[in-house]
Amino acid sequence: MDLDPLLLSRIQFAFVVSFHAIFPVFTIGLASFIAVLEGLAFKTGNPVWRTLSGFWTRVFAVVFGMGVVSGIVMSFQFGTNWSNFAQASANFLGPVLSYEVLTAFFLEAAFLGVLLFGRDKVPAGVHLLAAVMVATGTLISTFWILAANSWMQTPAGVEMQNGMFHVTSWAEALFNPSFPYRFGHMVMASFLTGSFVVSGVSAWYLLRNREVEANRKALSMCLWLILVLAPAQVLIGDAHGLNTLEHQPYKVAAMEGNWETQSHVPLLLFALPDRESQSNLFEVGIPGLASLILKHDINGVVPGLRDIPRDEQPVVPVVFWSFRIMVAMGLMMVLFAILGLVLRRNGRYWKTPWFLQGLRFMSIAPFIAVETGWFVTETGRAPWLVYGMMTQAEAVTPSLTGAMALFTLIGYMVVYAAVFSAGLYYLMRVLYVGMEEHEEDYDSDRPARPLSAAHVPFEYGDDNAGSHHPSAPQGGN
Amino acid sequence: MHSFDLALIWAFIIGFGVIMYVLMDGFDLGVGILFPFAPDEASRDVMMNSVAPVWDGNETWLVLGGAGLLAAFPLVYTILLPALYIGVFLLLAGLIFRGVAFEFRFKARTSRYLWNWAFAGGSTVASFAQGAVVGAYIQGFETANKVYVGGALDWLTPFTVLTGLGMLAGYALLGSTWLILKTEGELQDWAYRITTPLLATVLVVFGIVSVWTPFVNDMVRERWFSTIDVIWVLPVLALLCAFQIFRSVRRRFNGMPFVATMGLFIFTYLGLLVSRWPYVVPPNYTIWDASSAYDSQLFLLLGLLFVIPIILTYTAWTYWVFRGKVRAGEGYH
Repeated sequence: MDLDPLLLSRIQFAFVVSFHAIFPVFTIGLASFIAVLEGLAFKTGNPVWRTLSGFWTRVFAVVFGMGVVSGIVMSFQFGTNWSNFAQASANFLGPVLSYEVLTAFFLEAAFLGVLLFGRDKVPAGVHLLAAVMVATGTLISTFWILAANSWMQTPAGVEMQNGMFHVTSWAEALFNPSFPYRFGHMVMASFLTGSFVVSGVSAWYLLRNREVEANRKALSMCLWLILVLAPAQVLIGDAHGLNTLEHQPYKVAAMEGNWETQSHVPLLLFALPDRESQSNLFEVGIPGLASLILKHDINGVVPGLRDIPRDEQPVVPVVFWSFRIMVAMGLMMVLFAILGLVLRRNGRYWKTPWFLQGLRFMSIAPFIAVETGWFVTETGRAPWLVYGMMTQAEAVTPSLTGAMALFTLIGYMVVYAAVFSAGLYYLMRVLYVGMEEHEEDYDSDRPARPLSAAHVPFEYGDDNAGSHHPSAPQGGN
Repeated sequence: MHSFDLALIWAFIIGFGVIMYVLMDGFDLGVGILFPFAPDEASRDVMMNSVAPVWDGNETWLVLGGAGLLAAFPLVYTILLPALYIGVFLLLAGLIFRGVAFEFRFKARTSRYLWNWAFAGGSTVASFAQGAVVGAYIQGFETANKVYVGGALDWLTPFTVLTGLGMLAGYALLGSTWLILKTEGELQDWAYRITTPLLATVLVVFGIVSVWTPFVNDMVRERWFSTIDVIWVLPVLALLCAFQIFRSVRRRFNGMPFVATMGLFIFTYLGLLVSRWPYVVPPNYTIWDASSAYDSQLFLLLGLLFVIPIILTYTAWTYWVFRGKVRAGEGYH
C-alpha cells in the first residue's frame, strides 16, 4: 500500500493539535476562575478564597507548562507538513501567529511569575492584578489563534497575487465573518471546561470529606457559573451553526447527514451516512426539526451534499457523529446545570453522593465536547484548507513522502505518550496531595518556571519529606 | 516605493535572535551534553541548578524565531523546514524531553536516573540537529520555483555530521566555561580540566569545516578567495578568542573563559553570515526574494518593537537575580 503524505499529514496535524488543545482549553477557563478567586480573596479577606486560589494556581502551573511544551511543535507543523499553505498565507498567518507568541511571552515574562511565586512578595493588589492580566493574556492568545483559524474557514480581507495571499484589510481579515461566533463558542467552551473540572475535583474532595468548606464554596460557584454558561453555550452554538450554514453550507449538510437539498429536513438522532450510495443506510430522526433549527421554519430548505461532487464532500460520518457527540455532551452539561439548581433548594448539592459522582465523570465531558467540536469544524471544511481558495492537497509540502510523514507521526505519538503520561500522572499527584500548604521556603522572590510552582514530589510516599529540595538531601552535605 | 528597507531590518532582527538563541540555549544545552560525564550526582544537581532559572527563557528565542521567520521571511520557513524535516523532528523531540526532564528531575527521587537520561539525551540530540542545520545551510538547498525539491535525508551528509559534532563540542565548551563561571570546588576543577580538550576539539572541527567548506560550496570559495578583504578579520578574531580561552583557563580566571567562548561563537557566526550574505536560502534566494509583503513585515514589527525590550529587560533581570556561584544544596526550587 502506498503511504499517502496528505492523509498522514492530516492525521499528524489532527493528533498534535488535539493533544495540544486539551491544555489551553483548560487553562483559559482556569485563569479567569483564579482571577475571580483572587478578587474574592482581596475583597472579603476570607482565607478560604486564598486556599482555593493557591491550590488551583498549582494545577494551573502544571497544565500551562504542558501546554507550552506541546505548543512548540505546533509552530513548526505549518512549515514541515504544509509548506505550500504556509508560503501562500504567510502575509496574514505569520504576523497573526507571531502576535500570539508575543502575547504569550509578554504574559509569561511580566505576570505569570508574580502570580505563581509572588503571593507573599508583592502587595495583594499587585497579585490580583497579575491574576487578571494572566487571564486577559490567555484570552488575547485565544483571539489570535481563532482569528487565524476562522480566516481559514471564512477567508476575508485578502487577495491572491502571484500565489500568495496579500492582506487588503487587516480588520476584515481578523474579524472575518465566522470569527465572532467561533471566538464566543470557544471562550464559552473554555469557561465551561474550567467550571466542570473544578466542580468535578471539588466533588471528589467532598466525597472524601476533604477541605469541605473550601470545596463546597468552589462547587457552589461553579454550579452557578454552569447554570449560566451551559444554556448560553447552546444559544451561541446555534448562532454559530447558522453562520456556518451561510458560509459553509455543505459542512452543515454533513453535520445533519442531509444528502438531498430539501425542506422538512429531519433532525437525525441516528444514521449511517454512506458515501457510496450518497445517502444514509439507516436513519432515525425527528421530522422537520433540522429545518426548524437551521431556518427557524419547518418548510426551510437546507442544502444537501449531493449538490457538490463527491470529491468535494467532507468525510460525512466523522462530521456527523462528532457533531452528535458534542451536542450530547452539551445537553449533559445543561442537565447537570439544572440538577445543581434543583439540589440547591435545600442545600443538598454538596452532600448528594450520586450527584457528586456524576460531576466527577462530567469533568471530562467538556474536553470531549471541545475535541469533537473541532473535529466537526476542521474535517467539515475538507477538502478545503482555506475555504474556497486552497485545498488540502494543494497545501501539503511537495517534497514530503509518505515514509517521512509516517516516521514523524509515530515519533510524535511516542514522544507525547512518554512525556504527557508523566505529566498527567504528576497532575494526579498534585490533586491527590490536595490543598494544604506546605510550610517551606520557596525562594519565591526569584523568577522561575511554571511547573516548579507545583511543589509536589513526583513519586508516591514521600509527601512530607520536604522532597522538592532533592538537591539538599537530608543528612547529606 | 517604501522609504524603509524592512527586509534589512528584519534580517537584523532574525540574525540577532539566532545568535541570542545560540549563545543562551547553547550553554544550557552544553550543560546537558556534559551531564553524564559529571564527577557525581551532587555535581549534577549543581549543574542543573545553574541553568534551571534561565533555560526556558533561552528557548523563547527559538519559538520567536520560528514564528518571526514565517512572518518576515516565509520562504526560509517553507524551504528549510521541509528540507530539514527529520532533523526538525529530532530537534523538537530532544527539546521536549529535556524540558520535561528539567521539571520532573527536581521532584523525582527513585525515577531520577530516567530524567537524567532524558536531559542528557535530549540535549545531545537537539545540539547535534542544530549543528547539522548549520552544515545543511552551508551546503545549500535544492529548490525549484520557490519550493524544496530535494530528498528527506539530503541534509545528512558527512559534512553535516561533522558540523553536528562540531556543534556538540562547541555547546559543550559553552557549557564547561559556564560551569567555570557559576560553580566552585571540585565541579569547577573538573570544568577547568575538560575545557582545554573541548577547545582543541572545537578548533579541529572548525578547522576541517573551514577547509572543507570551499569544496562544498562554490559561492563561498569565490567570496573567500577572490579578494582579500575584511572577511578575513573574522576568523582571526575567532582565533584570538580561542587563544584567550586557553590563556584564561590556565590562569584560572572565572568569567573570561565564558566571555571568550561567546566571542568565538559570535565571530564564527558573523563569518558564516558574511560568507552567505545576502542569500538567506542558499544558493538561490536572497532576503528580498524571501520577504513577505511590506505591510505584513510592518504590522508585526510594531508589536515586536514593543515586546522585545520587555523580554530583554526581563532576561537581564533574571540573570542579575541569579548572579554569583551556585552552591551544592542551594537549589532554587
